[in-house]
Amino acid sequence: MADSAAPMGATSPTKAGDVTKRDFLKLTTTAFAVVTVGAIAWPFIRTLAPAADVLALASTDVDIDPIAEGMAITVMWRGKPVFVRHRTAAEIEAARAPVPNLPDPQEDADRVQRPEWLVVLGICTHLGCVPLGQRPADQRGEFGGWFCPCHGSHYDTSGRIRRGPAPRNLDVPEYTFTSDTSIRIG
Amino acid sequence: MAIGLHDSSFKNPVIRWVDQRLPVFTMIQKEYGTFPTPRNFNYFWNFGALAMINLMVMIATGVFLAMHYTAHIDYAFDSVERIMRDVEYGWLLRYAHMNGAHLFFAIVFIHIWRGMYYGSYKAPRELLWILGVVIFILMMATAFMGYVLPWGQMSFWGATVITNLFSAIPFIGPEIVTYLWGGFSVDNPTLNRFFSLHFLLPFVIVGVVFLHVAALHITGSNNPLGIEPKGPQDTLPFHPYYTAKDSVGVVAYLGVFALLIFFFPTALGHADNFIPANPLVTPEHIVPEWYFLAFYAILRAVPDKLGGVILMFGAIAVLFVLPWLDTSKVRSMRFRPLARISFLIFTVNFLVLTWVGAMPADGIYVTIAQISTIIYFAYFLVVLPALGKLERPLPLPESISQAVLGHRATMGGGPIPGAATAKPMEKA
Repeated sequence: MADSAAPMGATSPTKAGDVTKRDFLKLTTTAFAVVTVGAIAWPFIRTLAPAADVLALASTDVDIDPIAEGMAITVMWRGKPVFVRHRTAAEIEAARAPVPNLPDPQEDADRVQRPEWLVVLGICTHLGCVPLGQRPADQRGEFGGWFCPCHGSHYDTSGRIRRGPAPRNLDVPEYTFTSDTSIRIG
Repeated sequence: MAIGLHDSSFKNPVIRWVDQRLPVFTMIQKEYGTFPTPRNFNYFWNFGALAMINLMVMIATGVFLAMHYTAHIDYAFDSVERIMRDVEYGWLLRYAHMNGAHLFFAIVFIHIWRGMYYGSYKAPRELLWILGVVIFILMMATAFMGYVLPWGQMSFWGATVITNLFSAIPFIGPEIVTYLWGGFSVDNPTLNRFFSLHFLLPFVIVGVVFLHVAALHITGSNNPLGIEPKGPQDTLPFHPYYTAKDSVGVVAYLGVFALLIFFFPTALGHADNFIPANPLVTPEHIVPEWYFLAFYAILRAVPDKLGGVILMFGAIAVLFVLPWLDTSKVRSMRFRPLARISFLIFTVNFLVLTWVGAMPADGIYVTIAQISTIIYFAYFLVVLPALGKLERPLPLPESISQAVLGHRATMGGGPIPGAATAKPMEKA
C-alpha cells in the first residue's frame, strides 16, 4: 500500500466520523471475500444446469403419417409427454366455436399451425399430472378434449382449460412441420 | 442473566440471544479469536490450516461430482468423461478434486514433517499426534478408493494389486480378499462399495480432524523452539496475527492449486488411467500415485510376500509409537545437532524411497529400495531411541519472547504493545 506512514497511524483511533485505514482494510477485505466466494460458488451452481448431452436431446422428430383422423399419439420430448392429436372436423368446429368466459382466453387458431393437428404438452397445468384422453377408451371430460384424473380439470379439443383447478391451457410446445407428414418438436 | 443461560459477552442482540443458549460464538472467539498462540510460528505452521481448507475443497467438489458420477462398471468411465465434456464446469470440479488430492498429500506430508522436525509429537501432545496418524491412514484409504472410481486401467489394476495385499495374511487372507471384492475379482460389487466408502470416509476424517483440533486446543500449539510459552509475553491472540499469517499461506496455496488445475491438470496422474479398465490386459508398468510410492517401495524391497506387506503397513504403524521411540526431552531439532542430521538423512532417504518406488522392481533398484528401507526403520527403531541417551542438546532459550525479541524483551519486560510486535514477527 502506498500509505506506509508510522505504524501507530494504523491502529490508533482517530476523531469520531473519520475513516481509518482499518475501516478501509475491512471494507476491501470483505468486498474481496464476497467476490471470491461468488466466483467459487458459480462453477458449482453451473454444474447443476442441464449438461451438453441433455441439451443435445432437446428436440424430437415425430412421424405423423400413421395417425388416423380422430386418433392421437403421445411422444416423449425432454422427458415429458407431448400429445399429438389428429382432430376430426367436428372437433375442430367445437374448438373454433366462440366460448365466453374462458379461464385462460385464447383462440384455437393461435394454438395450432394446421387446424387438423393439435400439439400440446401432456402435462396438466395444475400440478403436473398427465391428463386422460389419448386412447379412445379414455374419459375425455365434459368438453371432449382431456380430463385430468388427479383433481378433475376438463380440457377442450383445443387443449384449453374449461373447468377445474388448472390455471392455464395445456402448453403448446415449439414445433415445426418439417414436411406434410412429420413434425419436429423443440 | 437468566438462570441456565450462558454469560455471553456479545453486544449484538441476535448473536447474544443465540450465544446465551448455544455459546458457539463464545467458543469461536475463545478458540480462534483470543486463543493464545506462540508468537514465534514460522510458515511451517500454515499447513494445518491449509489441510483443513483442502479437506473442505475435496468434500465440496466431491459432493458435486457424485451428482454426476455413475458407480457401475459399464458406465463409470463414460460418466467421468461426461463430467469432463458435457457438464458445465465439470472439468473444473473434476480437475480440482483430482489435483486437490495430490495437494492434500503434499500438504499433509509437510505437516507431518514439521511435526517430526520440531518434536510436536512429544508429551503432552502424543494423542494429538496419534489422531493425526489416524487421519493420515484414513486419507490413504480414501484416496485409494477414489482412484478406483474413474474405472480406468490404473484404477482397476491398482485396486487389484492393493486388495491382493490382504491375501498375504495367513489362512484367512484369500477369504478376506473375496469379501473385499464381493466376488472373485475386482468387479461391479467392488466398485459400488468403494464408491460408498469413498463418500463416507471424508466425513469420518472431518470427525477425527475435529478431535485433532480439540486435542490441539487443550495442549496448545508447539512452536519452532519447542519450549512451552511461559506467559502472555510469549503468545499472541490467534486473530488477527495468525489468521493473517495463514492467509498468506492460503494465497500461495491457491496459486499452486490454480497452476496445477489450469496448466498441468494431468501432470501428476498416469496416462494409463485414460484407458477404460480391461480385466484381461495389465498395463506394462503399474505405479501407484506418487504419495504412495515410498511405501510401495518398501513393499517391493522385501522378497517375501507377507514380509513385504508387514513392513509396508509397519512403516506407517511405527508413527503411532514415535512419541515413545524418541527418548529425548528436547522437542525442536534446532537444539539437537545429531538428531537434526539424522532427520535430514531420513528426509532424503524418504525421497529416495519415493523415487525408487516409481522404478522397475529389478536389478539395482531393489538393492537401493532395501538399503532405504533399512535406513527408514533404523531412524525410528535405533537412531531416535539411542540419541535421546547419547546426544548432548544445545542450551535451550529461557523463553520464547527472550529468544525472539532478544535484547528488547530484557529491556522492556512484559507484554509488548501491538505496533512493536510487527517487526519481530517477520523474523520468526
